[in-house]
Order: sequence, then C-alpha cells, then structure tokens
Amino acid sequence: MISLANPTRFLSLVGAVVPWLTAVVVILLGTGLYLSFFVAPPDYQQGETVRIMFIHVPAAWLALFGYSLIAIAALGTLIWRHPLADVAAKTAAPIGATFTFIALVTGSLWGKPMWGTYWVWDARLTSMLVLFLLYLGLIALWQAIEEPGRAGRAAAILALVGVINVPIIKFSVDWWNTLHQPASVFRPGGPTIDPSLLTPLFVMAAAFTALFVLLHLIAMRAEILRRRVRALQQTQVARAAMAEA
Amino acid sequence: MALGFYLIVIVIIPLGLGPNLNLLARIAPGILWVGLLLAALLSAGRIFESDYEDGTLDVIATGPLPLPVVAGAKCLAHWVATGIPLVLLAPVLGLLLNLPLSAFPSLALAMLAGTPAVSFIAGIGASLTLGLRRSGLLLALLVVPLYVPILIFGVSSVTPYVSGPNSLWQPLLILCALSLASIVLAPFAAAAALRNALR
Repeated sequence: MISLANPTRFLSLVGAVVPWLTAVVVILLGTGLYLSFFVAPPDYQQGETVRIMFIHVPAAWLALFGYSLIAIAALGTLIWRHPLADVAAKTAAPIGATFTFIALVTGSLWGKPMWGTYWVWDARLTSMLVLFLLYLGLIALWQAIEEPGRAGRAAAILALVGVINVPIIKFSVDWWNTLHQPASVFRPGGPTIDPSLLTPLFVMAAAFTALFVLLHLIAMRAEILRRRVRALQQTQVARAAMAEA
Repeated sequence: MALGFYLIVIVIIPLGLGPNLNLLARIAPGILWVGLLLAALLSAGRIFESDYEDGTLDVIATGPLPLPVVAGAKCLAHWVATGIPLVLLAPVLGLLLNLPLSAFPSLALAMLAGTPAVSFIAGIGASLTLGLRRSGLLLALLVVPLYVPILIFGVSSVTPYVSGPNSLWQPLLILCALSLASIVLAPFAAAAALRNALR
C-alpha cells in the first residue's frame, strides 16, 4: 500500500494489470453466463426465474463491497492521508451505485413472479434502497465541492457516518421477519443452495468482482489524469496572471 | 419559520387526500413525523451558516474550546430552538388529522425522544455542506437517508394506539438509543467537517 502512494508507480501498475484483468473478466463472465443460462438446471419451485439469482446476488454483494471499500478508503483519507485513497473512494462510488441499482432492478423483476409484487417495503429492500441513496449523496457531495482535497475529506466523513447501514443490510434478514429470504450461501452449517446452482453463482460472483476491480482501476487512472490536467491548467493560469502583472 | 412550514405541510395533505377521517387517523403518525423531519431540515442549514459567514466560526475554531463541544452545543441549540417547538406543535396538528387523543402522550414522548437525533444528524449535514452553493438541496439529499431509522421507529411507537395495542416501549427505547448515539458521535463528525470547511 505504501509503495503505491506514488501515483506514477500506481499508473504503471494499472497499465500492466489492465490487459490481463480484462482477459480474466471476459473468460469468467463468459463461463459464468454460459453456466447460468445453459448448464444450470431450472429450480424445482422457481423454474427458469432462478437464473435471475446469478446476476442479482453477485450485484448485491458488490454493492456492499463497494461501500465497504469507500469506507476503508475514507479511513485512508482521514487518518493516513494516503494520496490515492480519495481517488479510490471517489471512483468506487458510481460503480458501487450501479451495482446497487442492478441488484434493486433484478430483485424487483425477480420479486414479481415469486412474491407477486415488484416492490415491498421489507427491511432488506429498504436498507438496500437507503444504500443507493447514500451512494447518490456521496456522488452529489463530490460534485458540489470544487476543490478535490476538501471534497475528498467531506465525502470521507459522510462515508464513515453512512457505514452504519452496511451491517444493517447484512443482518436485516435476521433481525426482522422479512419477505426476503435469510442468508443461504454464507451461513453456519453450509449453503442451502444445491451445488448445481451454487457453482455458477460463485463463478458469476468472481466475474463480477473482477469486473468491479477492472472498472475501478480504469476509473482511478482516469481520475488521476484528470487531476493532473486540472493542476496543469491552474499553473498555466497562474503563470499567465504573473506575466500580466 | 420551521413551525409555519410544518403547519403548511400538515394542512395541504388532508386537502390532497380528501377529508376521510378514518384514513387521516391511520396515516396521521407518519404524516406528522415526515412533516417534522422536513421542517427540521429546512432550518438545519442555519446551524453553522451565520457563524461561518461573519467569521465567528474561525475565532471559535482557534479558541481554547474543543470544536466537538462547540458543534454539539450548536446542535443542541437547534434542538431547543426548532426541535422542541415542533414537538409542541405536533399534537395540535394531530387534531387536524383526527389523531385519537389516546395516542397523544406516546406521540409526544416518541418525538421528544427522537428529535435530538434529528438535530444532531442535521448538524453533520450542515457542517458538510457549509459554504456551498444550493447547500439546502444537498443537505436534504445527504441527511434524509440517515433519518430512515428515526422515521421507522418514530412512527411505529405511535401507530399501536391507532391500529391496536402492541409493544410501545421497544420502539421508544430504540429512539432513545438513536438519540444518545448521535449526541455522542455526531459532534465529532461535525467538528471534523467544520475543520475541513474552514481550512
């Protein structure tokens, strides 16, 4: 982590990793989609709609992963003043928000045939919606403050305040008696999902995680370059002002 | 001003829904809570703003008093000046919504227990958006998601009186816990955000 504090070194690392990671994403996502849509058997109760799970569950995991990443990066911004922490947090927010949105939409489409409604106000759904709103608030705060340093620290404080929602989402299905089923993969006593459905799920989860990391690295590279352009423009303006004076 | 806004919100909702008294009684707790949150948000931007504009905040920040204490005092002032009047107004507005008289004590208790959290969380939002253009809109976007638990437990501690007996103490105690936690934690977050804004 310390050696990555140098943005130039980080950029060269990103340049080396991105082609390989792209290949990994293509292979994993291709295999995962093939497994989920052609190999995995239809569920004995849910029929073909169970395939929504292969998109919905990994997207929901990554929605929480994204926010946790932002919260850890927020600590990096506020405590260690790591120069890349703010870049990491800022670029993770739109990606995390997108995964949250995907989880909400696919869940809604899955809910209609299974629960008979697109939306219910149960604890899991509501807390995921709140997560989405928190993401939007963070993005808005970054946009509203001009100076990147101040924006980064303000967003870091907000991210740490909002982190209270993450455990609430995770345990909402245990604390409240909800329509959304409780955890069925990572639970004491092993998963309750049949291996024939579990394997595609894990492949898809790995694919989505790799996709998240890939998009995040590319976005971080773009953000670092954007800040350099901004700094160059500012020095040019300052130089022009000096020449005039 | 927050009181006038609260009154207006509560007055227009029955006009929009039609004067069905049973319906109004059933949704009254929710409307009263939502109106209270919106009214409190309206004045939340002013918690630090005037001190920031005339430079008082800079003097305070360089003074001997720890900034979290100052931020906490400001939030407490918001609660006294806005929270308590809103709580006092709420039962009167409850009459307009046909809220049963038996629900009034629990409404007042729940609001008294929950509004400190409203003011202290608003303090976080106010300090984060200090000095920004159109900060009021942003403040609402940042703070309302954090109000969700207060709203849920605030309403559920009143509804039993309207729709049948249920456990009253549990949501009330959770509201107290939310308030105590935000009184302890929010001043530190607000102070960090204030330092950031003053830098």
